[in-house]
Amino acid sequence: MALLTVKDMTLRFGGLTALNSVSFDVEKGEIYSIIGPNGAGKTTIFNCLSRFYNLDEGTIHINDRDITKISPSAVSNMGIARTFQNIELFKNMSVLDNILLGRHRKRSTNLLKEIFFTKAVKEQEMRSHLRAEEIIDFLELQQYRDQMIANLPYGAQKTVEIGRALAMEPEILLLDEPSSGMTMEETEDLSFWITDIKEAFGITIIIVEHNMGLVTSLSDRVLALSFGEPITIGKPEAVMEHPEVMKAYLGDEGAFA
Amino acid sequence: MRFELKRSYWEDIRIFRYRSDFRWYMALVFLLLVLPVFIGDYYISQFNVVFIYSIVSVGMMLLTGFTGQLSLGHVGFFGIGSYTSAILVSKGIPFLLAMPLAGLLAAAIGILVALPAVRLTGMYLAIMTIGFAFIVEEVLARWESLTRGNMGMVVEPPSIGPFEFDSEFSFYYLALLILILSLLAARNILRSPTGRAMISIRDSEVASQAIGVNLMKFKAVAFALSAFFTGIAGSLSAHKLSFISPESFNFLESVKYLAMIIIGGLGSLHGAVLGAAFLLFLPGVIIAVKEYLPHAIASQPGLEPLLMGLVIVLFILFEPMGLYGRWMKVKHYFEFFPLYKKDTFKRVKSYYKAEKH
Ligand SMILES: Nc1ncnc2c1ncn2[C@@H]1O[C@H](COP(=O)(O)OP(=O)(O)O)[C@@H](O)[C@H]1O
Ligand SMILES: [Mg+2]
Repeated sequence: MALLTVKDMTLRFGGLTALNSVSFDVEKGEIYSIIGPNGAGKTTIFNCLSRFYNLDEGTIHINDRDITKISPSAVSNMGIARTFQNIELFKNMSVLDNILLGRHRKRSTNLLKEIFFTKAVKEQEMRSHLRAEEIIDFLELQQYRDQMIANLPYGAQKTVEIGRALAMEPEILLLDEPSSGMTMEETEDLSFWITDIKEAFGITIIIVEHNMGLVTSLSDRVLALSFGEPITIGKPEAVMEHPEVMKAYLGDEGAFA
Repeated sequence: MRFELKRSYWEDIRIFRYRSDFRWYMALVFLLLVLPVFIGDYYISQFNVVFIYSIVSVGMMLLTGFTGQLSLGHVGFFGIGSYTSAILVSKGIPFLLAMPLAGLLAAAIGILVALPAVRLTGMYLAIMTIGFAFIVEEVLARWESLTRGNMGMVVEPPSIGPFEFDSEFSFYYLALLILILSLLAARNILRSPTGRAMISIRDSEVASQAIGVNLMKFKAVAFALSAFFTGIAGSLSAHKLSFISPESFNFLESVKYLAMIIIGGLGSLHGAVLGAAFLLFLPGVIIAVKEYLPHAIASQPGLEPLLMGLVIVLFILFEPMGLYGRWMKVKHYFEFFPLYKKDTFKRVKSYYKAEKH
């Protein structure tokens, strides 16, 4: 049984069919990539998985549990963390506070204990801070630790978003174009981090990415999408050479850079 | 090394960031404790009102300043707190029990208000909360068997055991204590997961959901907490005034509550208190200033609300971070004196202008 099973995912925006019967499954511990030209529906898949969009048809299962109808926050609480193509951070907070917020689902105290800031709350805060500092060290964000997000360079903001997702200690991590807007150096770091996240933390990763070098070197499997239709699924090399994938990208050559 | 690191987390967690802060707060509390000995009853009474409204302001700040949910109906919770406490005490229930019960009833009704409110934002939420305030005022006026309707109710002074807080002097210490407890409770919430979740909703609902914050639940929690503090303040106010009637809970009062937190600075507990103090001392200042204005202007009716409105507009335009923001800027200026950069606060300011709370 796969960790994540998507069956016949279909979504329409008025007349536009953004996803047409997309099915795939992701095994535990895999790095799974979704590729396709702009507007293919990659981000829409993520928005369906995190339940921001309601499917018109189809189902999503995690470990046999049907999550097609649960709320976005419930999905996150099941351990599905994500980043956004256009960055959704708490812009008015520090890097540390953003990462601490990732600990939300790990809390075990209630409001009453928090009002009195009991020993349990204090210890939980210490643990959360410890975990947050570890993540800050791991992603080399020390120099930005107390800075407001709005003052950070774009690449650092993308990294903080990954940090916040890691603080959730998720089972599945969804990364939407993590390397876009990053410098070459940052992209190299990113590639190491993704490998570490899979190997050291044992997190399953689904990644939408335009950098084909990154996709080929990281992915266990790739799903190629065009105009909301799945073209093929398989090993990265095989998918890249698939004639229909090549054709889909013909009008979007730059993506192969 | 490890030890160093650990100490620095604790600095982020503890209630007062720096030891020097703690000393300043202690000095302030000490000053407030001795103050009534040196000032007359009139000024003590003014302070009592400021304490009560500071508690309201803390409640409003949690909901609007920290969670980003606008309410123009909080006077409803204030009224519920006032009447609950007054009625319970008249039926022989001790004040020490009646006051928290007043807060809890307000909180429970706060959750009921939140149920439809969590689906609304901005203007629609504001209008819905105004509707709530109207309903409360109507119910208080019509439920005569319980509230004596528009005739109003006489309320006993608060008493704990044999001790009666029947003078402005003794009430001062009761109100101050409850304000301090309210501030400590609010501060504790804000440095815990619940408070962080509330603030996250203000900053981005999408991102909040992505980290697992249940919007409905935490908006309802914010409403309940906010209503609780406002209800407690209502209870104190009823027992201080010794007479309450429905018309004193007109929805326009809520505009004043909103003004307090805007003037004080949204998103700051310091601001909550500063804003309440400023707004309540303002009429006195206006009256004092009036004497120096030409008669033609000073005798215009509606001068006070006009000036009050003007002050709010000026704050939103020129000091969107409120009095506390201004204070921080002044402090920052002196700390970094030769190095102070003019634009340090610009970015933050533009954020506040863009976001409508
Ligand atoms: N909220 C929306 N409303 C209407 N159309 C949308 C919405 N989100 C995406 N689309 C459309 O769905 C298609 C897929 O978009 P998207 O998933 O963002 O593509 P990409 O593969 O580049 O991430 C596009 O044609 C886009 O215009
Ligand atoms: Mg996209």
